[in-house]
Amino acid sequence: MHREKIDNVVKHISQVILGKERQIRLAVACLLARGHLLIEDIPGVGKTTLAHTLAVVLGLQFQRIQFTSDLLPADILGVSIYERESGRFRFHPGPIFSQVILADEVNRATPKTQSALLEAMEEHQVTAEGETRPLPEPFFVIATQNPSNQIGTFPLPESQLDRFLMRIELGYPDAGAERALLQGADRRDLLPKLTPCLLPEELAAAQTAARAVHVSGALLDYLQALVDYSRKSPDYVSGLSPRAALALLAAARAWALMEGRNQVLPEDLQAIVPGVVGHRLFVARDSTRINGAAVSENLIEAVPIP
Amino acid sequence: MNAVKERLHPGQVGWLLLALTLVTLPHVERLPWWVTLLAVMLLAWRVYITWHALHMPPKWLLFIIAGGTVGGIYIHYGRLMGRDSGVTLLVVMLALKLLEMAALRDAMVLVFLCYFLVITNFLYSQSIPTALYLLVVVWVITATLIGFQFRQQQPGYRYQFRSAGFMLLQSIPLMLVLFVLFPRISGPLWGMPQDALSGTTGLSDEMSPGSVSKLLTSDAVALRASFRSEVPRPNQLYWRGPVMWDFDGYTWSASRLGNQLQREVERSGTPIEYTVTVEPHSRRWLFALDLPTRAPAPARLTGDFQLLNPTPVTRRTRYEMTSSPAWRDNAELSNYERQRALALPGRSNPRTAALAERMRKNAVDDRAYANAVLSMFRTQNFYYTTTPPLLGGNPVDEFLFSTQAGFCEHYASAFAVLMRAGGVPARVVTGYQGGEINYVGSYLTVRQADAHAWTEVWFKDSGWTRVDPTGAVSPNRVESGVASAVPQSESLPRQLRGEYEWLQRARMTWDSVTNTWNQTVLEYTQERQFQLMERAGIDNVTWQKLATVMFMLATAITLAVGLLMLVRLRAQRPDPLVRAYARFCAKLARHGVTRHPSEGPVAFSRRAGTMLPAMREAIEQISAYYVELRYGPTATDAGVKDLMTRIRALPAP
Repeated sequence: MHREKIDNVVKHISQVILGKERQIRLAVACLLARGHLLIEDIPGVGKTTLAHTLAVVLGLQFQRIQFTSDLLPADILGVSIYERESGRFRFHPGPIFSQVILADEVNRATPKTQSALLEAMEEHQVTAEGETRPLPEPFFVIATQNPSNQIGTFPLPESQLDRFLMRIELGYPDAGAERALLQGADRRDLLPKLTPCLLPEELAAAQTAARAVHVSGALLDYLQALVDYSRKSPDYVSGLSPRAALALLAAARAWALMEGRNQVLPEDLQAIVPGVVGHRLFVARDSTRINGAAVSENLIEAVPIP
Repeated sequence: MNAVKERLHPGQVGWLLLALTLVTLPHVERLPWWVTLLAVMLLAWRVYITWHALHMPPKWLLFIIAGGTVGGIYIHYGRLMGRDSGVTLLVVMLALKLLEMAALRDAMVLVFLCYFLVITNFLYSQSIPTALYLLVVVWVITATLIGFQFRQQQPGYRYQFRSAGFMLLQSIPLMLVLFVLFPRISGPLWGMPQDALSGTTGLSDEMSPGSVSKLLTSDAVALRASFRSEVPRPNQLYWRGPVMWDFDGYTWSASRLGNQLQREVERSGTPIEYTVTVEPHSRRWLFALDLPTRAPAPARLTGDFQLLNPTPVTRRTRYEMTSSPAWRDNAELSNYERQRALALPGRSNPRTAALAERMRKNAVDDRAYANAVLSMFRTQNFYYTTTPPLLGGNPVDEFLFSTQAGFCEHYASAFAVLMRAGGVPARVVTGYQGGEINYVGSYLTVRQADAHAWTEVWFKDSGWTRVDPTGAVSPNRVESGVASAVPQSESLPRQLRGEYEWLQRARMTWDSVTNTWNQTVLEYTQERQFQLMERAGIDNVTWQKLATVMFMLATAITLAVGLLMLVRLRAQRPDPLVRAYARFCAKLARHGVTRHPSEGPVAFSRRAGTMLPAMREAIEQISAYYVELRYGPTATDAGVKDLMTRIRALPAP
C-alpha cells in the first residue's frame, strides 16, 4: 500500500529532477524516517529544485529561507512587534513555522543564525521571548550547502551536521539526463504543474508504518558490526556515535518500507549507509586505504554480514 | 591467491625488526664490533627500504656482502664452526636475509631463525634474568608470527600480544612435561660447544704476591653450601683448595706429588655434613671444608687432602660432603715429602734465611719456633691490606723487612718460607675462608672475594697442622671476613661491606632465588631425573622409558587442550540457520559464484541467479526463505530444517 504511493511520489519527482532516482529515494526515505536532509553540492545541479519539488509533491506547506551572512536568528524564528492599537507586543511567526523549510545555502549564514535553525530542527519547537511555540507536523528541513571550500562560507561543525539524518550529493547528471534537460522545458516551470500525490494523513501513516518495520537480531548484529568497525578501524578520525546508529536504523526501516518489505535486510542498511554515514565519518589523514569520497563504500566492503 | 608470496605490510616488517633486535641484543657484547655495526647498518637499510617503499638490493650485492662477512668471521675466530663464530654467522645472515625478504615466506623463515637465536643465548648464560628476558623475546616473536596471519589490515599490537601471551600460557603444561621428562643424555651431541667455557675466574694453581688479592674485586660466587645441621663457626670455615708445595723464590705452585697414599688421620668432633654446589672454574679442584673425610665420585682425595675431579670443572657441580672439624695427623712424613716440604731455592730471600736461622736457634722446638714467628707478625708493625705495595725479586725479604704490609698470600708465603728456612716442613694451602650466611635460603655463599691462603706445618707430635698467619696479624679476617679486616678506604665488592638492611635482605633473597634456580632447574640432571621417576613409581628408569612416558603425556595434554578448544568452538558455533546459509553459499561457490562477505542475501541471489540461470528459481526461493527466516519476525526450527532440505536438493556441480 505504502509502496505504490511512495513509488508514485518518486516517479513524480523524477520527472523534474532527471536521472537522480537514487538520491530522490534517499531523500524520501529520510523524510519517512522523520529526519532532516542536507543536500551538499556545487550551485546549479538542482538542489533547490529537488527540495521544492519534494514539498509540492508531498502536499506540504513550503517556505524557503535564503541564508546570507547578515541573516539574523529573528529573521527565521519570528519577532514580537509592539502594536499601538492594543498596546501589547504581538509575535509575528518567522518562516520556520512551516512544514517544509528549504534552508538554502545554510553555510552562508553566521554560526549564530545556523544554530537557531538547528535548535528548532532538533526540538521541533521555537522559544522566543520566553514563550515556547510548537512547530507544525510534519516538520522537515531540507538544507542545501555549498562545498565548504568555497569563499564566504561558515562550515557547519560536526555536532550540527549530526542533526541531519542524511546528507546527499546530487552530482552532475549523466549525458542522457543532461540532454533531456537541455531539450525539455525549464524545470522551474514544471513546478506549478505538479500536483500533490500524497495526503498529509497518508504521509503520517507511512511514517508510522516505517517505524513498525521489523528488525531482527541478526540485522542488529550487522548494524553493530558496522558501527563497531568504524570505531576500531584506524582509518577514521572517530567512530559512529550511538545517535548515528539510531539514524542508520531509522533510515533502514524507511528504506525497507519503500522496498515494500516488512523486515529490514542487510541490503536496506547498505543502501542508506552512504546518506547517513557520509557526513559523520571522516577519514583519518594518514589512512592509506581510503580516499575521502569512498568512505561508505569502504565501510560496507570491510564488514562481513554476520 | 597465494598468501605465501604476498608482499609484506610495513607493520609486519616493523614487528620482525623489533623481534630480531631484541633477540640479538644480548649477543652484542660478544660479537666483534664490526659485525654489530654491519647488522645495525643492514637493519637501517631495511627500515629505509620499507619507509620509502623501495626495491630490494640486487642479489649480487648481497652475495658480496655475505662472502666478505664469512671471510671476516673466519679471520676473526680462525674457524667457522663453534659457538662464537656460529652465533656471529647466524646474526649476520639473519640481518642479510632481511634485505631479500620480500614475501611472507621469507619473513616466516626469519621468525623461525629468531626462535633459534633465542636458544643460542642460553649457550652463554642460563641465569634467571636471561631466562626472563628471553621469555619476553619469545612473546614478541610469537606476536610477530600472529601478525603474519593477517594481510593488509593489521590487528594491532594489543591483539597480537594478547593472543601470543595466551598461546604461551597454553604451552606451559607441555613445557613442564618436556622439561621433566626429556631424556638428559650426556654426550657430545648434547654437550656445549668446545669453546663454551672461557674466561671463568677462580683460584689458580700458582700463588705469587698479588694473585689472591686480585680476586678480591670479584663478587662472583665461588660455591654455595647448605649444611645438614648448624653452619660451623667462621673460624672453622676453611674451604680447602689447591695445596702448594713448590716455591721458586717468588711463586708457589701446586705441581702434583707422585702417587700418594691416603694418610691415617685421627678424627674427632661431630662430622659436618653438607652439600656443595661449586660454580664452574675450569680447574680440577673441588672444594671442601677442612678436613674432608672422603671424595665424592668421581673425584679423588689426594694425600694432601685435595679433592681432584678427573676433568676440569666446566659446569656447575653439586656434591655431598662430610668433613671432620678436628683431626690429628698421625702418619709419618716420607723422605720424599719432607724433602719437598723443606725445599727452598738457593739464593733467594737471604735475609729471611738468616732471620729464620737466628729465631730457630732461640726456640726450644719447632712449635715454639712457629709461635715465635706468629708473635713476630703480631707484635711488629705488620698490617693487613688489600692493596699491598709491589714486591721485587726477593719478595719475602722485602715483605718482612721493608714493606710489612700485605694480604693473606704474603703472610702465608712468608710464614712458610720462614718455617722451611728454620727446618720445619711447611706448605701453603689456598682456598676460601668464611662465606656469607644467606638467612633467606639458609645456606652459605662463598664468593671469589673470600679467597684465602694459609699454611700447614708439620710437627712431630701432631703431623700436618693448620697455621693461619693472617689470623695473627688480623684476627678479624678469620672471624668476620675480609670486609672487617681491611680499612674502609680500600675498595671491595659492595657485597662484602656492611650496607642497609633492606638492601642486604633483597640481595640475599635474590641470591637465594638464584640458588634455587640453579639447584632445581639448571641442575636437573639425568641422575635427579631418574630419582624423581623412581619416586613416581617407575622402576629401572631408562631414557627410552622416559621418552615413552614423555610422548604419552605430551600427546595426552595436546589432546586435552585440543578437546577443550573444540568444545569452546562448538559453544561459539553459529546457529543452524547461519550454518545452513553458509552451506548454501559454499555450494554456489563450487558452481563458481562466490559470495563476498559483505554481500547481502538478496543481492547475492540476484547475481547468482543471473550467473546460473539453470538454478535461478531454486536459488531465489532458498534466498527468499532464508531472508524470511533470518530477518523476518518469525523463525522456526521446522523452517530451518525445510531450508536445509532445499539446500541439499541443490544440484552439485
